[in-house]
Amino acid sequence: MKNKAKLLTYPYIVWMGLFIILPVLLVFLYSITFNEINNIKTISFTINNYKMFFTPVYIQVTLRSIYLAALSTIICLALGYPIAMIIANSKMTSKSILLLLFILPMWMNMLLRTYAWMTILGNNGLINTLLANLGLPTLNLLYNNGAVILGMVYNFIPFMVLPIYTTLSKMDNSLIEVSEDLGANKVQTFIKVIFPLSLPGVISGIIMVFMPAVSSFVIPKLLGGGKDALIGTLIEKLFSLGDWNFGSAVSIVMMFIILLSMAVMNRFDVDKEGGAGLW
Amino acid sequence: MKKKIIELKNITKNFNDETVLDNINLYVNENEFVTLLGPSGCGKTTTLRIIGGFETPTEGNLFFDGKIINDIPPYKRQINTVFQKYALFPHLNVFENIAFGLKIKKLKKSEITYKVNKILKLVGLENFCNRDINSLSGGQQQRIAIARALVNEPKVLLLDEPLGALDLKLRKEMQIELKNMQKRIGITFVYVTHDQEEALTMSDTVAILNEGVIQQIGTPVDIYNEPKNAFVANFIGESNIIDGIMLDDYKVMFCNKVFTCVDKGFSKDENIDVVIRPEDLVITDENKGLLKGVIKSVIFKGVHYEMLVNAEDFEFMVHSTLKFPLGSNVGLTLTPEDIHIMKKSNN
Ligand SMILES: Nc1ncnc2c1ncn2[C@@H]1O[C@H](COP(=O)(O)OP(=O)(O)OP(=O)(O)O)[C@@H](O)[C@H]1O
Ligand SMILES: [Mg+2]
Repeated sequence: MKNKAKLLTYPYIVWMGLFIILPVLLVFLYSITFNEINNIKTISFTINNYKMFFTPVYIQVTLRSIYLAALSTIICLALGYPIAMIIANSKMTSKSILLLLFILPMWMNMLLRTYAWMTILGNNGLINTLLANLGLPTLNLLYNNGAVILGMVYNFIPFMVLPIYTTLSKMDNSLIEVSEDLGANKVQTFIKVIFPLSLPGVISGIIMVFMPAVSSFVIPKLLGGGKDALIGTLIEKLFSLGDWNFGSAVSIVMMFIILLSMAVMNRFDVDKEGGAGLW
Repeated sequence: MKKKIIELKNITKNFNDETVLDNINLYVNENEFVTLLGPSGCGKTTTLRIIGGFETPTEGNLFFDGKIINDIPPYKRQINTVFQKYALFPHLNVFENIAFGLKIKKLKKSEITYKVNKILKLVGLENFCNRDINSLSGGQQQRIAIARALVNEPKVLLLDEPLGALDLKLRKEMQIELKNMQKRIGITFVYVTHDQEEALTMSDTVAILNEGVIQQIGTPVDIYNEPKNAFVANFIGESNIIDGIMLDDYKVMFCNKVFTCVDKGFSKDENIDVVIRPEDLVITDENKGLLKGVIKSVIFKGVHYEMLVNAEDFEFMVHSTLKFPLGSNVGLTLTPEDIHIMKKSNN
């Protein structure tokens, strides 16, 4: 029985080795070498790529990326939690419709959704045309941090709502009743029972939004105009310019940032339950 | 003069057109121990939830201290509940669970610690303060749930089958402990159980519920000795229930024989149920009894033998400390006081 189950894991292990471990190792190899790797014999190692990264310019890029991602995550949480609560508390019939409405845009390509925002926010876009028609001054809505955050929040908020919704709808309603029975009003019940119990969902929501937000390059490129470099756009630019070695080093650093933030968040996740298993 | 603390007046509760409680009338006096007793699904929990404020009655009014409280939310009621499924907070340890209500009331820290420790001692779980809820056994969880409600010293404590998860020995101990606590602290208890023995030993008053209708309210002794209908008689202890006809006052016919009884006031030749307790029937010599029968089975029940005696096409259950051989011909006898006449109930 056990052996059979073990056998079944082999394809998975091979798959992981081929498509996850190997590429990461390659990226790491690139990050500690000069130039391209054509011949094992001519390989020469260096830590200059990392040294270069830890210079003020790139540190600033990193901090800006983290700042924007963190801000987007906070906004996603502030908007997503009430939405998750509304869906979880709605009646059975409307629940599935609400959920579907929320997930539906996720089935559309992210690029497409981001382009859609460009046509809404652009100088000749929907909003500015409307303002112009009303005789009001037009606004510079596109190509700034605000537009980037808007795009990130719009694209990633389902990843915040879903895990929170899952923990909320799994929550034992009698715990809420006990809280009220013991004298806690709605607000106190939320603070002392509902929110703490939904924490696993909140944490996986934060991780699932922060991770793609900190590494995203489509959104900052299209909505931010690529003016202020972020880690994602930096990596993309380095690779397209052919500097694979420095690009790899930046990728590895970013991986560490993500791993670190996950480790930090997991410390809060008391019982390791809830939406963390979603990805 | 006793004071009514809780009163249910004509309470009806429907869940999607299904009537779960039908015109319930019940009052609870201060410091009284009232038990709702009935089979599974009869509406005990629903009644308790209405008193606790977790359901609103479809019709009727709920009074607390003489005031209607239908629309008062649970957290404003001076009532605490021990829920059927304990519902302990998984994110809090034992101490924090019990302290929950006290913290809401913003008591001083030292006072909270004092009260929690006192109540932990009462339920026999000292030194459990820092234990994780999930590390407790079912019985321990149940006792923590009782402690969490009791520590708030509510005017009324609602308990929904609070001893259900305990083994027999611990259950008996906790029954006595709860009863003592109730008397000592002077809290009104509304207690739900489907265990008739538990209801009879602990309560001042028992209300028997079946399919959302109150069958009888009375002291345990009254209910046992004077069951109002066949359902109550059968639910409280075992009973022989025989179809009979009331020929006249004090005269009843069943099993093709006429018996003298102590009941009157029925119409002539009314169809009734005759209820006879197994322990009231006495087995005698074949020729000395009022009925003749054959022993069909004998089972030893610890203190007594339970025998089935077939007489006049009815199987009488008889409890006796004497054993009679299987298949022997015997007589059955009983006194007029042992014959309980009940109106036929409609359901
Ligand atoms: N929220 C609800 N919606 C629909 N029906 C309900 C609801 N709550 C209870 N009922 C129904 O009401 C009836 C009485 O339920 P209740 O929980 O009061 O029974 P009970 O006497 O406590 O039973 P038990 O001894 O098994 O706990 C049951 O038929 C149950 O299915
Ligand atoms: Mg119940």
